[in-house]
Amino acid sequence: MKIQVRFFARLREDYPDAPSELELAADACVRDAWLAATGNVQPPANVLCALNMEYVDWNHAVADGDEVAFFPPVTGG
Amino acid sequence: MNVLITKQPFDPWQQVQAYQSEKLSAGQYGATAVFVGTMRDFNEGDDVNAMTLEHYPGMTESYLEKISAQAKDKWSLLDSLIVHRVGPLQPNDPIVLVAVWSAHRKDAFEASRWLMEELKSNAPFWKKETLKDGDTRWVEKNTEGY
Repeated sequence: MKIQVRFFARLREDYPDAPSELELAADACVRDAWLAATGNVQPPANVLCALNMEYVDWNHAVADGDEVAFFPPVTGG
Repeated sequence: MNVLITKQPFDPWQQVQAYQSEKLSAGQYGATAVFVGTMRDFNEGDDVNAMTLEHYPGMTESYLEKISAQAKDKWSLLDSLIVHRVGPLQPNDPIVLVAVWSAHRKDAFEASRWLMEELKSNAPFWKKETLKDGDTRWVEKNTEGY
């Protein structure tokens, strides 16, 4: 299956060459998307994940056409 | 309920007044609670000259709309308005406005505080500061609100 991957803020700068599109196995989860996009870097503890613009945890399953996003702790307001 | 993300500088007091005139029924609201967050020129002991605010277009708006709807379920509210700036900012620029209208003060006070804390804790925005010497750095985390 094919999914979209997005990095924000510091993570976008840390992984400038990460692909925006990934081909993953049918049973892949959010963690698999991170590992594939970063070249198997272990995810830092404070990284947040979103699937189709909703917060999810690392073990959440992904489906074809999904958008997965990774970002650091938020600092708005 | 309205949520606005804007690259343009905004005047929070004008926003409150304009929204109130347009959307609220005169005589119905007895309490308006307003929080305005403004950019400081210092952080963590350093002078800050400028800031850039990044967001996640789509998710940021939907998250703020979700908490606005939740606030309306939790408290007796007439309306709410959230405005948040993105892009390049200068010290003294308003960053965020949360305004809540209700019949009585308890609901407006509590809902505005809750909305602001939810926004600070979970809404996908990220600040990058430019210091006096030109160095840039990401703000790592927000200060505790309570």
